[in-house]
This record gives sequence, structure tokens and C-alpha cells, in this order.
Amino acid sequence: MSQYGSGSGSVAAPPAPAGGDGSTGAGGRRRPRRGSASGIKGRQGLWGWLFVSPMVLVLGLFLLLPIGMALWVSLLNWDGQSNPFTGAADFVGTDNYSNVLATDGLDRTLFMTSVRNNLYFVLLAVPLQTILALALAVAVNSRRVKGKSLFRTIFYFPSVTSSIAISTVFLFLFQGSGAVNALLKWVGITGPKWFTDANGLVWTILGGLGIVDPDKPTAALASNGFLGLSWWDWLSGPSIAMCTVIMLIVWTSSGTYMLIFLAALQDVPAELEEAALLDGANRWQSFRNVTIPALRPVIFLVVTLGLIGSWQIFDAVYVMSQGAPGNTTLTPAFLSYTAGFGDSEYGRAAAIAFILLAIIMVMTLIQRVLLRDRDKPVRAGRRFGAVRRRAS
Amino acid sequence: MSTPPTMPTPTSRAKPTNPGTWAPRATSSSPAGPRPPRGAGRRILLVALYLLLTGVGLLYLLPFAIQIVTSFKTDPDAAANPLSLLPNPFSLESYRRLFGLGNAADAVPFSTWLGNSVLVTLFITAGRVFFDSLAGYALARLDFRGRNLLFNGLLTVMSVPGVVLLIPKFLVLNQLGIFDTYAGMIVPLLVDAAGVFIMRQFFLSIPREVEEAARIDGAGVFRTFWSVVLPMAKPALITLTILSFQGSWNEFTHFLVATQSPQYQTLTTGLASFVSGSLSSGTQYPLKLTAALLATIPVAVLFFAFQRHFVRSANSGAVKE
Repeated sequence: MSQYGSGSGSVAAPPAPAGGDGSTGAGGRRRPRRGSASGIKGRQGLWGWLFVSPMVLVLGLFLLLPIGMALWVSLLNWDGQSNPFTGAADFVGTDNYSNVLATDGLDRTLFMTSVRNNLYFVLLAVPLQTILALALAVAVNSRRVKGKSLFRTIFYFPSVTSSIAISTVFLFLFQGSGAVNALLKWVGITGPKWFTDANGLVWTILGGLGIVDPDKPTAALASNGFLGLSWWDWLSGPSIAMCTVIMLIVWTSSGTYMLIFLAALQDVPAELEEAALLDGANRWQSFRNVTIPALRPVIFLVVTLGLIGSWQIFDAVYVMSQGAPGNTTLTPAFLSYTAGFGDSEYGRAAAIAFILLAIIMVMTLIQRVLLRDRDKPVRAGRRFGAVRRRAS
Repeated sequence: MSTPPTMPTPTSRAKPTNPGTWAPRATSSSPAGPRPPRGAGRRILLVALYLLLTGVGLLYLLPFAIQIVTSFKTDPDAAANPLSLLPNPFSLESYRRLFGLGNAADAVPFSTWLGNSVLVTLFITAGRVFFDSLAGYALARLDFRGRNLLFNGLLTVMSVPGVVLLIPKFLVLNQLGIFDTYAGMIVPLLVDAAGVFIMRQFFLSIPREVEEAARIDGAGVFRTFWSVVLPMAKPALITLTILSFQGSWNEFTHFLVATQSPQYQTLTTGLASFVSGSLSSGTQYPLKLTAALLATIPVAVLFFAFQRHFVRSANSGAVKE
């Protein structure tokens, strides 16, 4: 049946020769140029595998195998002591997953707290770093600015340094009596105790406006909840401590994204913007209606790269807060680490890692789908430009 | 696009109408004549742009400046004047303690961290440069069964996020019996998927004729690769070397899960444990910031010397997909 099906499908293709070619594969088509080469090809096959064997070995052993082993361990109740690959292993099925996702309890509350924290992290960090990176790129790219490469160097430098070293510096800057608060005092603001302030940003701001009292949760929100967390907690926003982590990440990652924007900006044809200006558009209009549409695919790229990166925050949390205060800087990645190395619950740790992998895979898929037609808007923009130039 | 190589300023149109303008682009949009308010507006805009760039630039530089200055401060001075850019008194105490010249009791095992970092970075960088080019060359140029499958596998592996592998990697290292050894620190990082990808893309751009000439002269596959193709790949090799150095010098999560004994701590894991609690007594910020500074310097030197290679690699991330 299926044979007939495929046969009728290939009717449109050229008949017999195509089949003959297909059987020899991609290498066959090149063969005539290389001459009498079945010997060479055989040798190449051997050398080919010899050349890639270190890669296959290392990536297989330390990337693929771990994933398989962790999948098995995520189905066990394992404390890291015995050998998990013998019959004695305590197989618990999907308990680790349901404990974290469905069953009411401490495990789920912790995991949901970490998801909430990371969601707020994404919500603030991704737009901030994208806008900052774009603004920096446009400013640096401006033809009338001198010292471009100096500014580019300055903005990019934090991205290449060690995350641990940078986190150490931020820890010092944001102490209760640190440099940032000293700076804020100059302008008459009493800064918060950044790393020990677990209050949510939303309630802090609303409290500052006198709408709610951050210390006295609204009863309706505090007594009802969803997935083990009260609505008051879900809606709290990132804690002040988390905002510090967000600032660190925005500060370090914007340089990399700025470079991506800069490369893309250089591909936006200058005459396109000129044409818009000649037509009487002001700078902002030309930016909005010409530059931004031409950059759309790159903006997608940066946003999705940011989304993917934001779910992997680990180093900064490890150094600056270890999840404290009040678990408000806990992220799924860090929770997975502490569940394993801290609590010796490797099954739960592996399960959290897989849920995190699923989240990131979804983000990657979205990126792939969105970028599949990434060339389109640019080409449309160029066509637009060509028409414009002919018209003017 | 027929963009002229020079700046595409429509000066030909602007010149006759306002010959006195010193800024060539100031009034280019108006063929009717000079429009001083707009020119002035633009100059204000330019000044604002510079102010913004300088302001943000300061924001990016200040943390490093404070870090450097604080490394020369005493503990009480750093606590009392965290923002001051003048150490008072000027002190080399932090450096002395890091290099074990002070009291033996309060020394930080900084030289152990440094030694480990240098060791693993050397091995990992050498391994990556060699193995990544081997694999990249094979994937680009050699015909062998399963090549496409391997390449697709490589692309998939590249998208697996590192933090997801923390627990899994520990399981494998533990099972292989190389947990808490140098082998466990180095071997898993000897090949990196992104590096293989970069090398493959580069080898694809080298004309085939070069290799074919070498083959006709009787050179074997490895000889062709080693003495003909590899020397042509110098720019890519430099980029790869720098990336590998930076990556392994700054590597944290792998060493965190691959080791537990203090003797295997690197600058990153040592500093992290020092800062996040287990080693620290009191605040000791000058000491911590000095250690962080010294850990930053090698990559900073590399960055300022080979900036365009860093830039290229950042952009290859954009092309990757």
C-alpha cells in the first residue's frame, strides 16, 4: 500500500535516472569529478570516522548518555549512595514529576515558587535587555558619533568576563550600605537592603502608592491559590533581591545583543533611511517605519535568545543569593541543583531538570518557527527601498 | 544594492544652497535652503546622544573602576566609603593575602585556584582547538556514511541548555569513577559542539582545489588536513582558541558538579564558595573583589587584544540558527 502511495507521489519527478542516482547518495553525484574513487571514498570513510571519533565520544558520553541516565534516575527515589542501575533501585514511576507538578506539598510549592520567580525574571529582563541593546546599537551605529569602537568595547566588555567575578562585584555594590545606596543617598533616596529584601515589587509599589499594605495580604488573595501558591504570592512580582539579579543580567547580556543588532543595522540599506528622511519623515518616524521593520527578524532572534537564556540563570543566583531571601530568587535551575546536591534527592532533581528542559525546548521551537521566514521582512524592506529610490 | 563606498551624503544637492554649512549633513533634507532651527536641533540631538552614550558608558565602567579601587582599600575603608574612588589608606593587604604573604592562618588558597584554572584551561583549549578542527573538517569535507546524521545530531546537541545537565553530568562522572578528578574536569569539555560548528563552516569556505592538488601530489587525508588545510584556517583557529580559552577560564557549572574537594577548586568555583559563604568570615570585600579582579584580568587582556574575534563569535551566534 505505502509503496503504491509513494509511487504515485513521485510521478511528477523525472523517472528512472532519479532512482538510480538516489541509491548512490549525495557522494555519488560528485564522484565523476574525482575520478576512479571508490578506493579513496572507502579510505575517506575510515578517516572521516577517525576524525569525528573524539567528538562522538565526548559529546556522546557527556551529553547524550547523561540525558538518558538522568531520565532513568528521574523515575527513581535515589539518594546518590547506592548504584541506581541495579535491580535494587527504588523505582517510583512518575512520582517525582507529580510531586513537583500536581501533588500538594512542599516540593510543589517550592517548584512553583521557582517558576513564578523565573517568569517575573523573564517578564522584566527580556524586554529591558532587548530595548537597551537596540538603543545602544542604534546610538553606536549613528554615523555622526565618533569613537564608535570605544563605546562598543565598553558596552560589550561585561559580556565576556566571568559571571562569578561580576556577581561578586554586584554583591559589593548592592550591599545595604554599599555603593549603589550611597549613590541613591546623594539624590535623596533611601535605598532598600537589596539582597535581603524579599518583598515583591508589585506590592511594594502599590504599597508606596497607599493602595495596599504589603505587610497585610488581602484576604481574598492570600487565602485562595493555584498550584500550591496563593494568589498574593503569584501576583507579588519579582522581589527586590530578584530585581538585583535582573539588573546584573541586563547589564551583562545587553552587550552581546547589542553586537547582534549592530551587525543587523549595518545590513539596513542607508539609502532606505535617507529616502524616508527626504520624504519629510523625522528621525523617529524613519526609525519606526523603516529601521524597525527591517530589524524585525533580528528582534525576534534576540527576544527568543533572551527567553532561552533567562530560564538558565544559575551562576548569579549561586553567588549572590542562593535562592534567599524567602526563596524569592530561587530558579528552577538552582532548585534542581540544591535538590540533588543539597537534599540528596537526585530523582526529584533530575525530574526538575527535565521539566526545565521541556520549557527551554518549547522556547527553542518557538524560535525556530519564528525564524523560519526571518529573511522575508528584510527583503520586503529592500523592495520598498528600491521602489522608493526609483520614485524619488 | 548600489551603495557607494563612501558615505552616501547628498552633498551635491546641499552644497549650492548652503555653502557656509560646516556640517555636511546638517541640512541635507531641504533643497529649499538652510534651515537653522533644524540644524541647531540636530546639534542638540547629537550632544544628547553623546551625553547618553557617555552616561551609559560610565554605568558600564563604574563597577570595574570601583572593583579596582576597592582592591587597594582596607576593610573598614571599603565598608565606610564604598563609592569613593580614592583608597584611604592605600593598602596592598588583599594582594598580599591572596598570594599567601600575610598570616598563614587567614590566607585564601588563591594559588591553588589559579594553578587549577591555568591547568584545565590549557588542556581544554588545546583539546578543543585540535578535536574541533578534526571533526569540523570531517563534517565539511570527508565523505563518510552517517555524516549528515552526525551533523544534525550536532545541531540538536548545541541547543541542549547546560544547566539542565548539572545533575545528569554528575551521574555519568560518578558512574565512570572520574568524579572529583582532573580527568572529570577536563575530558567532558575537550570537545564543544559550537566550536565544531564554527570550524565546519570555515572549512566549507576553503576551495576544494587546494586539497585536490595536495592529493594529486600524493598526500594522504591526514597530511592534507594537517599541512595544507589547517594552515589556511588560521583566522578561524585564532577565534576558536580565544573562545575556548574564555569559555574554560570562565567555566563554572561543570567544575561545580564535577568536583567537591578544595584541592580541585578553580578561580570560579573557589571564588564562588569564598563569596557565597563557606569560606568567608565577615565581609572581606576588598579581598573578594581582588580575587575577582585577578580572575577577570586574563580574559580582559585577551579581549582588548583580540576584540574583533570576540565580535565575530558573538555574531556567529546570530547566524547559527
